[in-house]
Order: sequence, then structure tokens, then C-alpha cells
Amino acid sequence: MTRLATAFVRGPALVTFITGGDGPTAAILDALVAGGADVIELGMPFTDPMADGPAIQQANLRSLGAGTTTADIFHIAAAFRARHPEVPLVLMGYANPMITRGPEWFAAECVKAGIDGVICVDIPPEEDPELGPALRGAGVALIRLATPTTNAARLPAVLDGSSGFLYYVSVAGITGLQQAAQASIEEAVARLKASATIPVAVGFGVRTPEQAAAIAKVADGVVVGSALVELVAQHGANAAGPVQGLTRSLADAVHSAREK
Amino acid sequence: MTTAPTQNSFRTQPDERGHFGQFGGRYVAETLMPLVLELEAEYTRAKADPAFQAEFDDLLEHYVGRPSPLYFAPRLTEELSGAQVWFKRDELNHTGAHKINNCVGQILLAIRMGKTRIIAETGAGQHGVATATVCARFGLPCVIFMGATDVARQAPNVFRMKLLGATVVPVTAGAATLKDAMNEALRDWVANVHDTFYIIGTAAGPHPYPELVRDFQSVIGKEARAQMLSRVGRLPDLLVAAIGGGSNAIGLFHPFLDDPEVRMLGVEAAGHGLDKEHAASLAGGRPGILHGNKTYLLQDADGQITEGHSISAGLDYPGIGPEHAWLRDVGRVDYTSVTDVEALDGFQLLCRTEGIIPALEPAHAIAAVKKIAPTMDKDQIVLVNLCGRGDKDIFAVAEHLGVTL
Repeated sequence: MTRLATAFVRGPALVTFITGGDGPTAAILDALVAGGADVIELGMPFTDPMADGPAIQQANLRSLGAGTTTADIFHIAAAFRARHPEVPLVLMGYANPMITRGPEWFAAECVKAGIDGVICVDIPPEEDPELGPALRGAGVALIRLATPTTNAARLPAVLDGSSGFLYYVSVAGITGLQQAAQASIEEAVARLKASATIPVAVGFGVRTPEQAAAIAKVADGVVVGSALVELVAQHGANAAGPVQGLTRSLADAVHSAREK
Repeated sequence: MTTAPTQNSFRTQPDERGHFGQFGGRYVAETLMPLVLELEAEYTRAKADPAFQAEFDDLLEHYVGRPSPLYFAPRLTEELSGAQVWFKRDELNHTGAHKINNCVGQILLAIRMGKTRIIAETGAGQHGVATATVCARFGLPCVIFMGATDVARQAPNVFRMKLLGATVVPVTAGAATLKDAMNEALRDWVANVHDTFYIIGTAAGPHPYPELVRDFQSVIGKEARAQMLSRVGRLPDLLVAAIGGGSNAIGLFHPFLDDPEVRMLGVEAAGHGLDKEHAASLAGGRPGILHGNKTYLLQDADGQITEGHSISAGLDYPGIGPEHAWLRDVGRVDYTSVTDVEALDGFQLLCRTEGIIPALEPAHAIAAVKKIAPTMDKDQIVLVNLCGRGDKDIFAVAEHLGVTL
């Protein structure tokens, strides 16, 4: 069983996102693991993060402003893999930095760095040849997004060729702002799980342990990003402690959600 | 010039997936994909609907003021002492630029789709003004995203948009220019897909935008082609147009693409020079993905987008429409670039010789003509798209010329 599959069989999983190169990334990644995160998304910074709200936009700019390169991201990932052989690590970002040296190059670097999956915001199923075949050929999961606008007619195309988990973006919008109503999340997750053979994780706008627990009652995973990234913005070089604290409270809420 | 492709026509792009060769496509977030597909379906229906075309034509004639004149420039021709220089006078359109052609078409599409709110990005402000204009005409609320840098250097257009009832949102991210305004417009769109139509101002973005913007702007080339045949009984030898995203150029070029005797030249903004800061994506970029399409982009080795620079806010964009990327690669259209200094010179040249104050965007085309017309025979014809008037630019030009107003 793959690292990603294993992370979801124990029960609802906490998926955490931080932007690579923003703050002391290695220490923050270790804090996520220590706090109980089951899957880690490492954001590849991009100059034009069109799907992100202010918190992650600023994180992208801080990271690039500090000189972070694609090579740095792969170094961070490889070092993480050496320290944490069992924790699934996913790269999340935008198409251009992923395809700029060719998709085969990118897929090979992912394999070398021990990366389990890739989420690319701006390559929909219609443009799959740009990245999908290279990742699948290398055994790296292509994790696709489903949204409130993904209707029944589109869902099979979204699921076709995707693996790892399905990331349900619970609001039509950008990261870190409003949260969807719990009832609409439950309806959407039920609809997606009826078609998907892979786990369904829910993200966008999830900030508190209470929200995470409510979602974990119905979904296979809960994704938290902006709330953690904001702690990095606030605490900078000292962010690991606060990040671990929030992660622990989120993880406890998610992991115990089905026991209550 | 008509060397490369295996097909018999240069006018059949894009393919059914919205690709112009390797360029174009639909690289958008999943949230937007269903809407982009819906737009494509609605545009296909609109194209086949005579009532849609009739309303578009009626508005272009009676609201925009088309057809725009075709004008022979005698004193400029004499000064350059080479080919005859003619202008397609799209600066005489209502709102002062070619942008309104596209906005009329897109707002009719928005209304067909039942959308009740309009958003747009703008660089120089011409597209923002044109969008605010059609929104006022049809009574729809309008939000314009504009880089804060451009808000400062295009103050008259900001005031125009506000007079027309639009909300202007200054964008402070990045270099606070057109690229950043487009990012912010996309963020708004993704959060308001249910009621909002995004009127993209240039022949770029996800399919079907490059195609539909080209089709709406092709009125320029269709008129020019008929006017040339009527006035001089033959087609021009060379078409010249400035290129930021490339909507005025593709609008002029497209109806001529299958006329092998007509050469075409797109003029990018070389800013301070191609070895310094510039906005010439074809000359200084390589293929990549941004803002929904694959095209030539200014970027570093990691695929991070670099900031463009041009004296012209309308050309200050690190990409180019995907059809231009394809036309360059297949060799049908030539592309060159001129610097800020050369454009300022072209600006003054047209003022002095023809009594026409051009926008800084077509001033780039005029600067290119200044170089190329003298190398051509006197019986040859150069047709330049005068895509905007320069009222909006007089403050910026005065500053560059060291004049305090």
C-alpha cells in the first residue's frame, strides 16, 4: 500500500499545507508531523498564485523574495523524506514551474525527492497531457480538485487518471476566506464518495478544530492551509511551536471525530 | 511567407480543444472549467444566431461609429520617403480605441448567458473604459481591476471609468500592473462564477476567449480589406500593428491571413531595450502557462513570471495572445520590437505630420513603420492599425519629455 493510501485507512486524516521556503520550512514540516498531521502538502511558490487568497499569496511572495528556487523545494522535500520515511508528502502549486523544464523532468525529480503526489491548480482534466502522463508513468499520484461547480457530467473526467485522494474545494472561491455551510459539504462529499474509489478530502476555509471535526465526520480527510500559513507570517523564524500547537488541536479533533 | 503548415488555411485555428498548435488551451482552476465550457457552448450558439450578429453589427455602426475610416497619410508618407502609409482609424471609435469592439460582443454574450455582473482587468485603462461604457449602456454593475501603478499613470481613464459608474479596484500585488490586475480579476471570477461574466480585454486567457476576442476584433481587418479593395483596387503589401496581448493586431491580421501577398508585422514593446527591462514576450520569452493559456511568457529558468516594462501601460504584460505565438512559430507573421524612446519619437512624428495624437500603443507601430517604410518602394502600401488615440497619454508623454503641465 502506498504512503498516501495508508494515511487514509486509519480513519479521517488531517492534511496540512504550508508554503515551501516561507519561514524555517524544515522545522515547520517537523512540527506538522509532531503535531499529528497525516499528509503534508508543500506549496511550490509561484509569482502569480491566481487561486489563492491574501495569506497564501503573501507566503508565495515572501518565499520568492527570500530567493527560493525549484531546486530548493526539491532539497526540502528530499531532506524531509530522509527524516520521515513514512509520512506522505505532496507538492501543490501552479502549472508553469512544474512544466517549465518538461513534465518528465519534474516527475523524475519528484521520484528522487520521495514525493508521493502532486496537486496542480491550473491543469484541469482537459489539459491532462501537459503533466498527467509523466506523473502516472513515474508512479507519482496526480491529485485533482473537485469544486461546487463540478457537476455530475464532469466528475468522471476529474476522477479519470487521478489518484491518491480527491481534493474537494468546498467553496467556489480562493483559499483562506469564507467557509462553506456544513450541510452543503455533507451533500457534496456523499455525492463524490458515490463515484470515487479514492479518499475524499475537504479543504478551503477550514480554520478551527471545530470545523475540522465536523467535516471529519463525513469526509476521509480535512485540509488546513491558510490558518497555518498565517502563523508562519506572524511568528516567522519562531513559527514551529505555534504551528505544532494548532496542528495538534486540529489532529485531535479530526482523529476523534468519528468516536463522538 | 506561407511556408510552414500542412493545412491550406491559416484561419482555421483553434482546434476543438482551443489549441493554436501547441499554444492556447484551457489552463484554469476546476471551479472555472464548467463556466469556460458553458461560455464556449454559448458562443457557438451565438455565432450561428443571425439576431446576435445583427445586434452586434447595429451597435458597432450606431454606438461605436463603425466603419472606421481608412486614411492615407500624405505627409508622413512624404517624410518617410518610401512606401505609402495608410491608417485604419480605430482611434476614432467611441471611447477612443479598438477595445470597444470586443466589449460590445462580450456584453451581448454575458446578457445571453443571464449574467448580471461584469468584471474586467485593465492596463492603460482603455479596456476598462470600454467595459465600463458598455456596462453603463446595458445597465449592468461593473468592477474594474487595475494595477495601482497603472491607476497612478492613467489617472484620466480612472476618472472616466468612475464617471461611467464602474468601481475601480487598485491592485497592489506584484508590480501592480496588468498581470496583477488579471490575477485579481480571476480571483474575483472564481468566487462569483454564478452571476459574473469576465470581459477579458485581449486575445488571451482560456479558450474560447482568444477566439472570440479575435472574432469580435476582426471587424477591423474585414473593413480594412474591403476599404483597400474599394479605394486602391488591391490589398496592402504590409500590415503593421502594436502588440501587448495582441487583440488589435489579430483583429487586423486575421482576415488577411490567407492572402499570401500580404506581409504582416507585429510590434512588441522593447521598453528600455531587449537586454534590459521590456515587455517583448516573443523576442525575450519562451512558452509557458499563465492566465489560462499556453503562450510565450517572460519568465526565469524556474518558470517564475518576470515583470514586463513598457512606457505604454497597455503593452506592459509578460505574455502574448496564443494565436500570435502560433503565427510566429509557423512563420506567417513577423514580429519585431521598438523601445520606449523610439515609441515617443513615433508619437511625436504622427502628431507633427498628420495632426493625429496617437496612443503610446500604436506609437510603437508608427516607430516600426518609420524604420521599414523607407526600405520599401513608393508604389507599395503599408497599412497601420491606429488602435487608440493619445489623449490619455499626454501627461505621461509630457513627463518623459521633461515638460511640466
